[in-house]
Amino acid sequence: MPKDGGIGAATTRREDVRFLTGKGQYSDDIRTFGECAAVFARSNVANGTIKSINTEAAAAMPGVLAIFTGEDFVEVGGNPAGWAIVSRDGEPMKEPKRPVLAHGKVRHVGDAYAAVIAETVQQGKDAVEAIEIDIEEHDAVINMADALSGTNYVHDEIGTNQCFDWGWIEDNRAATDEAIKGAHHVTTLELVNNRLVPNAMEPRCSIGHYNTGTGDYTLHTTSQNPHLTRLLISAFVMGIPENKLTVIAPDVGGGFGSKIYHYGEEALVLAAAKKLGRTVKWTSDRSEAFLTDAHGRDHVTKIELAMDKEGNFLAFRTETMANVGAYLSNFSTATPTFLHGTLMAGNYTVPLVYVNVKTVFTNTAPVDAYRGAGRPEATYSLERVIDMAAREIGMDPTELRRKNFIKPDQYPYASAAGLEYDSGNYDALMDQMEKVSDKAGFAARRAESESKGLLRGFGVNAYIEACGIAPSNLVGILGSRVGLYDAATVRVNATGNLSVMVGAHSHGQGHETVFPQVVAEMLGIDAQSIDIVHGDTSKIPFGMGTYGSRSLAVCGSAVVRATEKIILKATKIAAHMLETEENNVEFNDGTFSVAGTNKSVSFGEVALKAYIPHEFPIEAIEPGLEETAFYDPANFTYPSGAYCCEVEIDPETGKVSVDRMTAVDDFGNVINPLVVTGQVHGGLGQGIGQALVENTTYDDDGQLLSASYMDYTMPRADDLPFYTVDHSMGNACTHNPLGVKGCGEAGAIGSPPTVVNAVIDALQSGGKNITHIDMPMTPHRVWSAMQNAK
Amino acid sequence: MYSFDIERPTSVADAVAALGSEDAQALGGGQTLIPTLKQRLASPSALVSLTGISDMQGTTSEGGALRIGGATTHAAVMAGASSYPALAALAANIGDPAVRNRGTIGGSLANNDPSACYPAAALASGATIITNAREIAADDYFQGMFDTALEEGEIITGVTLPVPEVANYQKFVQPASRFALVGVFVAKYADGVRVAVTGASNEGVHRWAEAEAALSSNFSADAIADLTVSADNLIGDLHGSPEYRAHLVKVMTGRAVKAAF
Repeated sequence: MPKDGGIGAATTRREDVRFLTGKGQYSDDIRTFGECAAVFARSNVANGTIKSINTEAAAAMPGVLAIFTGEDFVEVGGNPAGWAIVSRDGEPMKEPKRPVLAHGKVRHVGDAYAAVIAETVQQGKDAVEAIEIDIEEHDAVINMADALSGTNYVHDEIGTNQCFDWGWIEDNRAATDEAIKGAHHVTTLELVNNRLVPNAMEPRCSIGHYNTGTGDYTLHTTSQNPHLTRLLISAFVMGIPENKLTVIAPDVGGGFGSKIYHYGEEALVLAAAKKLGRTVKWTSDRSEAFLTDAHGRDHVTKIELAMDKEGNFLAFRTETMANVGAYLSNFSTATPTFLHGTLMAGNYTVPLVYVNVKTVFTNTAPVDAYRGAGRPEATYSLERVIDMAAREIGMDPTELRRKNFIKPDQYPYASAAGLEYDSGNYDALMDQMEKVSDKAGFAARRAESESKGLLRGFGVNAYIEACGIAPSNLVGILGSRVGLYDAATVRVNATGNLSVMVGAHSHGQGHETVFPQVVAEMLGIDAQSIDIVHGDTSKIPFGMGTYGSRSLAVCGSAVVRATEKIILKATKIAAHMLETEENNVEFNDGTFSVAGTNKSVSFGEVALKAYIPHEFPIEAIEPGLEETAFYDPANFTYPSGAYCCEVEIDPETGKVSVDRMTAVDDFGNVINPLVVTGQVHGGLGQGIGQALVENTTYDDDGQLLSASYMDYTMPRADDLPFYTVDHSMGNACTHNPLGVKGCGEAGAIGSPPTVVNAVIDALQSGGKNITHIDMPMTPHRVWSAMQNAK
Repeated sequence: MYSFDIERPTSVADAVAALGSEDAQALGGGQTLIPTLKQRLASPSALVSLTGISDMQGTTSEGGALRIGGATTHAAVMAGASSYPALAALAANIGDPAVRNRGTIGGSLANNDPSACYPAAALASGATIITNAREIAADDYFQGMFDTALEEGEIITGVTLPVPEVANYQKFVQPASRFALVGVFVAKYADGVRVAVTGASNEGVHRWAEAEAALSSNFSADAIADLTVSADNLIGDLHGSPEYRAHLVKVMTGRAVKAAF
């Protein structure tokens, strides 16, 4: 058995060789003979009516091949929302059309109203400057509360800025209200989950190609899910038959959600390629990325926690306004609802939960799922109000959590927010967290900080999240317009090595290393003889791609199922070769043998026989050794964790430094601990970034003030501590064959409230009556809060 | 970026001549200008690169002063300013290694970004800005945000900084850009203390006269304890209010005094 490369092996990532030596092939690296450039004309106002667009002068400029405006796409479809939400009153959500190019109105700064196709990018930029547009500017709709109460609409045709008003669980509303009314203690907290710009290292890029000889289109694009992108383009936007469109997402430099979605630029380069018979490339610059990549979070929430006199949780009630920006991005309606409201019971035995979410159109970039997608918002609200409640009733925040934890003997557990948790042990995670973080040493560290004039705080958090959203039957009932299975094809080549075609897409996750470990373990062969193929709709089965920490739990399970089929068939072939019955054949360590004899054939010999089927029972077994499986999970998976951090605050400047950060996670079974650790590190960095520095800011006119790295703060290495990461406490997922849960988003979900809780602890230790500061807790904000608390 | 010609003179005279053509612009390390060009916010007909002029390179000690060529990179100052360690430390904390190996002191002083570090050092040191045409005292040179005494086509060939007895620069960074949200350079000379503040004011780099007077008679953080900094005309933006900057001016000044060596 290849224990050095199978399940549990901390092998280094094989894809890093090419990424770290400059051999990655990203979309913009692709050069095609005769390619030309698309450059977009983008609105510099947030809200305006397009009175006229004159492209005459621009069209006459050197190198200009074509100019498109919104007028050219009136006949094609809009980019749809992937999830239909029904409001509390039974009304379907408002779903204004999202066109390829703005038509009639521009609705956010960066909204593209025209595109120039030119021989070079420079010529395209020159021509864009020569396009004359007459825009009648309107007041921008920015603040969500104003948007809901006002009559200045982002989309005039729907006559409201509210997309929907959703209640979860609506039947619990009255009982929740009643429980809160009669409770011994109610803690109320109003908070902002700050808007984030995704900032993938590789900006978006799309290359359209049209073969005039065959009528086939090819789109190379920065996508997390090429099949989904193809489906959207084919079935909704362009009407190109799926069999005439190949979508290829080659190496992709990070997505964090922002590359799940189909964007108008992808449709534009395909339309232009067809019109010109040329390959058309668009590469986003960083400014365009800030203005047009779907942003994340942006919730304003009021949460209440009701408790009895012993501190038992009686109910959580939340009212949230969630920004969807100017247009509905593909998952923008699912994120603040079913990925958020369903987690609002947390790790707790609370009997009642009621969540109300109003989604709001504003003249800002679209907002959609971003690493964590709804669950960070849920965890942040819960874990902040619990911390505040503990302080109010004078109980240790950890003890209050422990008091209300679901206990290990209660699984499967039906949460008050409608999910069925399959496994977990939150007390054990908390114990481990307290141990590996040296919580006992905190008092001494605080004294040491104080001797340097610094405030030190300890923050704790317990989270549960839901990965691998499923099953398709359920999500269909809840409004999803897609299924949420995944697929894999395992192809054993004649010489015994394997190509595994997967529907998941790796854009930093490490699939090329991890998936072969699974197959190697099952087949007892060297992982290095197995390669993953992903990202090309012409090569892979129809899978749903990678987001929501689903790759291993869903697509990995499909890989297992396909590999099981391979073993079944190979066993039949081996039985024939060994001249015995199938049930006499044992398969161990890559060798088929007959029990009680020394007769055996290797996996490689069986593979060769499958493809050179001489003396082969052709009437009973097909030649070849290739199997496909689609896997539709029975449930979400439920990773959980206990986090803590220690911060130091410089009271003179308000500067917060995270000194220690501990993440103890239950990811179920772990295939590659090194890759999991890397995922947690990345998530923690993003979570600390949200908590302390990331500051998306639109002004009242809808101008993005934080539109470059001069003003948008990304966390840097020196903003982050060395992490203590522990995932030794896994409780296997009970319903997928690998027992895995998902680790991609946990760090970004668990860390923001941990950091905020620690900051509040530090400030209170310094005698400041400060109960909450909104993220990002910049030095200026912390200092200001301290001044106001005087 | 719009197209432009590039000139690479090897002498100051050739550079001055090249800058005589219409819409020509001097290019130091390009750390401000190149991003500006990439954003299509400037369209010079020609860039005249100053980094190939050997007379404008390097650091030399001249009596009690340090002379730095205008085209000397921050990295070279960091390595060459051992006689003025507070200045070397300042250079070592500008930007990142890529910036420090491109950006030049002359470029920084000519641009006079209100959040740049070097203007604080030059002003606090009572430096002399040397151009192809004349010598300008730092007190006369800095004239407001992005505004200096330089004439059209005038090149900073060097700067001379008298080396203080002790000095220190404290930078509280703007979190995103890591320019100075507030930076304070304190330099103590035999005849008094000079305090220069960058990052804080709508007027750009400036001296804090009250602190200079207090510290000249008592060079300790206590000496400024009773001073207050007015928020009037200080910068307010995403990263800090005028009041916050005013507060930081005092905090950073105190820390610079404590850390001075």
